[in-house]
Order: sequence, then structure tokens, then C-alpha cells
Amino acid sequence: MTYLILFLAFFRIGLFGFGGGLAMLPLLYQSIQQFAFMPAEEFSDLLAISQVTPGPIIINAATYVGVHAAGIGGAACATIGVMLPSFIIMMIVSRFLQKFNDNALVKGAFEGIRPVTIGLVVSAAMFVGQGVLAKGEVISMAWIREGLSYGNLIGLGIMALAILLMIIPRMKPLPVMLSMAGLGAILGGTGVLG
Amino acid sequence: MGKLFIEFLKLGLFTIGGGVAMIPQMEQIAVKDNHWLTEEEVVDCIAVSQSLPGIIAINMATFIGRKLYGIRGAICATVAVALPSFIIILIVAAVLDQVGNYPWLTGAFFGVKAAICGLILVTAVRLGRQILRTPFDWILMIGALGAIAFAGINAVWVILAAGIAGIVRSVIRSGGEVKR
Repeated sequence: MTYLILFLAFFRIGLFGFGGGLAMLPLLYQSIQQFAFMPAEEFSDLLAISQVTPGPIIINAATYVGVHAAGIGGAACATIGVMLPSFIIMMIVSRFLQKFNDNALVKGAFEGIRPVTIGLVVSAAMFVGQGVLAKGEVISMAWIREGLSYGNLIGLGIMALAILLMIIPRMKPLPVMLSMAGLGAILGGTGVLG
Repeated sequence: MGKLFIEFLKLGLFTIGGGVAMIPQMEQIAVKDNHWLTEEEVVDCIAVSQSLPGIIAINMATFIGRKLYGIRGAICATVAVALPSFIIILIVAAVLDQVGNYPWLTGAFFGVKAAICGLILVTAVRLGRQILRTPFDWILMIGALGAIAFAGINAVWVILAAGIAGIVRSVIRSGGEVKR
């Protein structure tokens, strides 16, 4: 039964995942919560692993969630489930790529979906940032009650540093991730993170 | 078909940072190295892959594989591009289960997570500059953010609603006539 649920849950993620890996994260987060595949707090660990290992993020994530929920069989169900919609849709559409690109209905639908993918990407940061940028949820009334002490200043600082590195010397994401992993390891090892 | 399998296996193995990072690499392999696709075909393929739902790397692998060897080629390319992810994650998950909770390891994870938040915001701003042009775009973007991050509405409904809103808008704009 777990196999079937994993397959269907990840099939749904693949079917509704527009706009690339980061925009698919809210779907992933909500599915993990809905079906309790793993504790929601581990979502950001899952993402960290998926981002720094080779391959598409959502395939990495599917394999990781699947193996945690139900072993290698679960990993296979989740991974095949998330890939299958792409495969089926592309098999159909590739016969008439040009017509598909020019279809008025398709164009209209994407005019609506494209801006929404930005909202999806931003909300992904809210899910990942839980416990990293703040003590609890990123958007919370606690900011007003507790002020800056609600935030995790080290987390916010690392985020700011990462943004600077990506904007000013235009560093690629991977070297930034690895440098911040190193910085985090030093801070953790020396007990600064507590 | 062996060549197809090996090329996509390499692509899955050596591209870190997600499917979008694969696009230029895939272009190189398909057009310049192997002449599987023409320049125009690859541009069309990228455009469609980005507007279709699903995983961009799988969309492109399916397209290229199918063009070369039909459905068998499509299966060959998609399996090849996903296989390294699958194996590596199984190994990583097994290793992480074995190692204990070292402070430096927790710290490394913490660093990556904070950096990913930064990456997400940078990506959102870069995408936003290209996509968010009209008030309609901004309303949809903010509405989606509010619905998902604050109201906890399932993203599936938000995406469906946005697609319908886009279609309705385009129908109204064209005066009720939808050209095929």
C-alpha cells in the first residue's frame, strides 16, 4: 500500500510541477506532510542533500523520500512516479512541438501559470527556512513579539553571504553551496551553532 | 542506442544543481557532439520542456530518445539520465543512517540550507524580472504565495486555478474567439 501511495503522490508532483525543480518544492513539502512520508522538519535536510548531489533535484528527492518511507522498492516507486508524467506528456507532445507552442489555449494557460511559479519558488524558501532563518516558521507574529531574537542570526547571515556571492562575483550555485557547507561545518564543529 | 545511454548517464552523473543546469550541457551533447538534433529543434524542445509540467531533464531526454529510436530510445534516455541520481541517493541515505550526529555535519547541513534559501530568493528575483510584467502577473504571484505559504492551500489547486485564469483572460482578450 505504501508503494502505491508513494507512486501516486509523486506522480501528482510530476504532473503539476511547472517551472523547474525549485517551483516543485511546495508540492513536495505538502505531499510529505499529507502522507507523513517523513517528519516535516527533515524536509530541509532532504533538500540540502538533493541540491548538492548530481542529477535533477526532484528525482533525488523522490529517491530519498521513497527509500526512507519504504526501502529500495519505495525509492523505485517514487522515482518512477515522478518521472512518468514528463515521459508520457512528452511522448504525446513531441509529435507536434511547433503546434503545441503556438496553441492559443496552451499559451493562455501558461500566461497564468508562469507568474504563479514565482510564488511557488518564494514559498519554497519559507518551507526550507523553518528553523534555519528563524526559531520556528519564517513568517510569524513572533517577529513582532520577540523582535530580532526570534531570528536565527547565523542562518540569516549565511543566507546573506550566499546571496552576495551569487550576485556580485556571480558565483555558480554549487560552489556557493559547498563553501557554505564548509563554513557551517566549521561553525558547528567549534560549537558556535550551539 | 548504447551511445545514447552512455551520454545521458554521464549527464545525470556529472550535472550537480538540478535540471536547469543540464540544459546547456544537453544542448552541447545533442547538437554539437552528436548531431542528434538541429539548432532549431533544440530551441523548440527547450521551450516546450520548460512550459510542460514535470522534470525538464526528463522531458528533454524523452524528446531526444524518441526522435532517435522511438519509444525504446525514449525509455533508454530517461532511465540513463535518472539512474545516477537513484544510485547515489540510495548510497547517501545508507551512509547518513550509519554516521552519528556530529556537530560539524549538522553544521554543514545548516550552511547548505541557509544558502539554499539565498539561492531560492536569487532565482525568484531573476525569474521575476523576466516574467512579472503586468499587474495580472503580480496578482497571481502574490495570490499563489499567500495561498500556499500562509493559507496552506494545496499547490495543485493553485496551479489549476492559475491555468484556468490564464485561459479565461486570453479568451476575454481575443473577444471570445480562440484560434487553433
